[in-house]
Amino acid sequence: MQAGLGTTVRDFREPGPGPGLRLLRQDPLLLLATLGIVGASIYTIWTATNTDIPGDPTYYVLRQSLYAGVGLLLMFVIANFDYSRLREWRIGIYTTMIASIVIVFALAGATRGSKRWISFPFFNFQPSELGKLLLILALAGFLVDRTRRMSDRDTTRRIMLLALLPAILVIAQPDLGSGLVYITIACALLFVAGTKWTHFAVLGFLGAAAVTIVLVAAPAAGVHVLKDYQVQRLTAFINPSHDPRDQGYQLNQSITAIGSGEKTGRGPEGATQTKLDFIPEHHTDFIFSVVGEEFGFVGCAFVLSLYALLIWRGLRILTTSKNLYGSLLAGGILAMIMFQLFVNVGMTLGIMPITGVPLPLMSYGGSSVLVTLLCLGVLQAVHVQARETAVSKGRGSLL
Amino acid sequence: MYRDTDHRPAITPQLALRVAILGGFALVMFGVIFFRLWYLQILSGDKYLADANNNRVREIRVDAPRGKIVDRNGNVLVDNRPGRAIVVRPDKLPPDRKSREMLYKRLSPVVGQPWREIRKNVATQLKAVPFSRAIVKQDATQAQFSYVLEHQEQLAGVDVERIFLRRYPHRSIGAHLFGTVGEVTSQELKDKQRYRGVVQGDRVGQSGIEYSYDRYLRGQDGADRVQVDSTGTLRGTLAERNPVQGHQLRLSLDFNTQRIGQAALNGRRGAFVVMDIKTGEVRALGSSPSFDPNIFAKVIKKKDYDALTSAANGSPLSNRAIQGLYPTGSTFKLITSVAALQSGVITPDTPQYDPGFFKLGPTTFYNAGKTGHGTLALRDAIKVSSDVFFYKLGAELNNVGNGHVLQSWARKLGLGHSTGIDLPAEQSGLVPSPEWRDRLFKKKLTDRPWSAGDNVNLAVGQGDLQADPLQMAVAYASIANGGYIVRPHLGMRIEDSEGRAIQEFGTPTRRRVSVRPEFRQAILDGLFMAANQPGGTSADVFKDFPIKVAGKTGTAEKGLGRPDQSWYIGLAPYPNPRYVVAVTDEQGGFGAETAAPDARRILAALFGIRSQENKVVKGASRTR
Repeated sequence: MQAGLGTTVRDFREPGPGPGLRLLRQDPLLLLATLGIVGASIYTIWTATNTDIPGDPTYYVLRQSLYAGVGLLLMFVIANFDYSRLREWRIGIYTTMIASIVIVFALAGATRGSKRWISFPFFNFQPSELGKLLLILALAGFLVDRTRRMSDRDTTRRIMLLALLPAILVIAQPDLGSGLVYITIACALLFVAGTKWTHFAVLGFLGAAAVTIVLVAAPAAGVHVLKDYQVQRLTAFINPSHDPRDQGYQLNQSITAIGSGEKTGRGPEGATQTKLDFIPEHHTDFIFSVVGEEFGFVGCAFVLSLYALLIWRGLRILTTSKNLYGSLLAGGILAMIMFQLFVNVGMTLGIMPITGVPLPLMSYGGSSVLVTLLCLGVLQAVHVQARETAVSKGRGSLL
Repeated sequence: MYRDTDHRPAITPQLALRVAILGGFALVMFGVIFFRLWYLQILSGDKYLADANNNRVREIRVDAPRGKIVDRNGNVLVDNRPGRAIVVRPDKLPPDRKSREMLYKRLSPVVGQPWREIRKNVATQLKAVPFSRAIVKQDATQAQFSYVLEHQEQLAGVDVERIFLRRYPHRSIGAHLFGTVGEVTSQELKDKQRYRGVVQGDRVGQSGIEYSYDRYLRGQDGADRVQVDSTGTLRGTLAERNPVQGHQLRLSLDFNTQRIGQAALNGRRGAFVVMDIKTGEVRALGSSPSFDPNIFAKVIKKKDYDALTSAANGSPLSNRAIQGLYPTGSTFKLITSVAALQSGVITPDTPQYDPGFFKLGPTTFYNAGKTGHGTLALRDAIKVSSDVFFYKLGAELNNVGNGHVLQSWARKLGLGHSTGIDLPAEQSGLVPSPEWRDRLFKKKLTDRPWSAGDNVNLAVGQGDLQADPLQMAVAYASIANGGYIVRPHLGMRIEDSEGRAIQEFGTPTRRRVSVRPEFRQAILDGLFMAANQPGGTSADVFKDFPIKVAGKTGTAEKGLGRPDQSWYIGLAPYPNPRYVVAVTDEQGGFGAETAAPDARRILAALFGIRSQENKVVKGASRTR
């Protein structure tokens, strides 16, 4: 930008929106979807958990509200930030991500247990969640460097390896769900950046081979890559069981819960599957089952349409971004949300394996809610920047 | 600025295609989910609703064990033993009388009680705590437990619970401290702050330490959720929410000192206290006669309870160390000394003549045994416990200032109000004052108004004074620790089950009273001489004792032909005392006769002198 004498041309065209107006420059529909899902989450968690802890009915809902409040605040802050600067820090961001995951390992080793989080006085921070955002920021940066060499096999290989390193680390924690999210993010970034179809074909083949080895060949040879319960969970949806202590049984209970909701649901009071603890983890991984049981088909459709709205706006932001970096960020964030949404909802419906992936924004959990809102903040930032650029070039209007 | 490669103003056809593919993929996934939802909720909803209605759980509550209570060395004083209880839940009982009778008749052979007794039992318990469950049998066998679980259809309203019963391995030792545990009452539940997280039917501390430290000792109840189908048949355990045991409480109590203290009193009516004079940490605090608190672990029978509260048996339940209302005899002379010195009535060296009697108007007060001690000053007066010396002080103090000097010092040093120990139900006692007696006289509750004679009596701890051993221990401690009125306390710290500290309680705030150091020293000198020099009231008791003690005997007259009450309060080790021990025996006679030998045994235990713990050395002094 040229620093002219006195006023610039831009100042004539745009009467500079004050800080109060900046909020309005966010995508209103995306904001609506975000607030809608957060509201639905808080209400559902309240109805699902108000009898869980005797004498403390607001335990979960208070915490979730606090996480959401802080997350929304951060989202508004980030939305006004020029994300392009993050590209310069890609190496630092990537290193931070790997380091935070390794620290969890070190702490877990010290306590001799499996651990996914670092404990702070009021909050257990889960680095594998924040890692999702950091990975998107870093990988997108690396990809922009190599835009002219997208058809190089080396580019694809490097990006996949950069994603596999943290993925393997978190799978070993053991947090299979986050690991799969990392791999999905890498694939989505390559896809948006324009990697050749042949590369995807090879990646697909390698992926299938890996699954076969992990689930079939390696156990046969006596090497157990995944823990027993992980394998059991992954395969449970194919063959639900009747043993109450079994993962497949819990899946059955989830399906029963959703089915029993019928058209308009059984209401928070009549939802016996939720209230009697038939649905395991009813405030975290299986919160969609609670929605299904308490509010029926109507409730599910409402929540899903909020997600659809969110995805539609996300795709639109992807196409209007002022630069490739923004498009890649939008693509990665969308892929992350879509993957978790479809895998989580699919799991509660019995059409996807149980992988321990939370439903973004809906599931109880500070790290997940905060990180998802941070991601949406970045998405809004891409939108705000695109808009400012468009305005400064005389295309489009502010409102 | 960024490189040109990062500038992509318009959307390329390739990107447009890929975005379309992403959008299409999302659309397909949403489609799949909607079809699945449609199938589950609209097409097969009825079937799943029926399934859900057939799913039933029953919750078997699992009592959380309360935290243990241990002494300062980790000796377990109170722990738990598991038990199984058969209970009746009023909300699930059949409503009509006939079927309830049938139910009790079916239950009768199971628990081995006549059905009428069960009915009466349940009715009494439900009357006491309405809407809670009534315990039919507290220590049920595994067979009874399983039978009830498996015959739910015939036994509607009958339920089983796993409970923990308090266990006191040392029986009567320290019994008065721990207090009892009982079901929370609806009145208590209204206190949301104190009983946070407690629900109807939970057991909480109802007295003693169990009450004071309830929020730490209380655990979190767990539950076994068992699944039953629509016919009520057990299908398996769904989930177990494990109970969380309460925290362990470490007391400042020293078990051996406590044990010897109770052995020394040997069932006689009395009490003892051993306390750290600087911090107020209680090393031992006991009352006699004692009782076995294990009988409170279960529902106590009325007959047993009556026996424990009857005056004829010496009311074993009352804790005389903090609830006794006693005249203190000559042990009060310490307070009279402070008052007289501080108000300038005497100096430590003012001589007075003790002819063996003191005339005040028409009344003559005598020394015990009517013997005179000749001319003496404060130190010797304390040493031989000259009553006449202190009678004079009492009479003079009645005329000094507003005539309340003695009373006001008694209150400053901790009498007449509770000490604030961490035990509930402490008595505050009474320091008789002119207003108090005049008020009684006005209401015609006494035959005469206040006179100087009342003050004379008070000066030697006789008459209307009411104090307990703990208050006296606090008063003596303040003279020995530089003027601090400590707050006695038993709780030392909260620990996890392995004994690692979670919270230390530290020393509660102390109050400072200003007594000149030379006055304190003069009094301490007198106390030391009393226990060590020939002619001292307790010198023969402590003659061969390896630890140097400073202490005062006391003999409180109770009139009406009742035996005298024996007192002893000692500070040790001299000259830098760390502990105060106070002992009283309601019918012990002279201080040197019973209380001082008891104190000697307690001090032996406190200082780990094993050979002296059980040695009874009676003194010959016949002073009050």
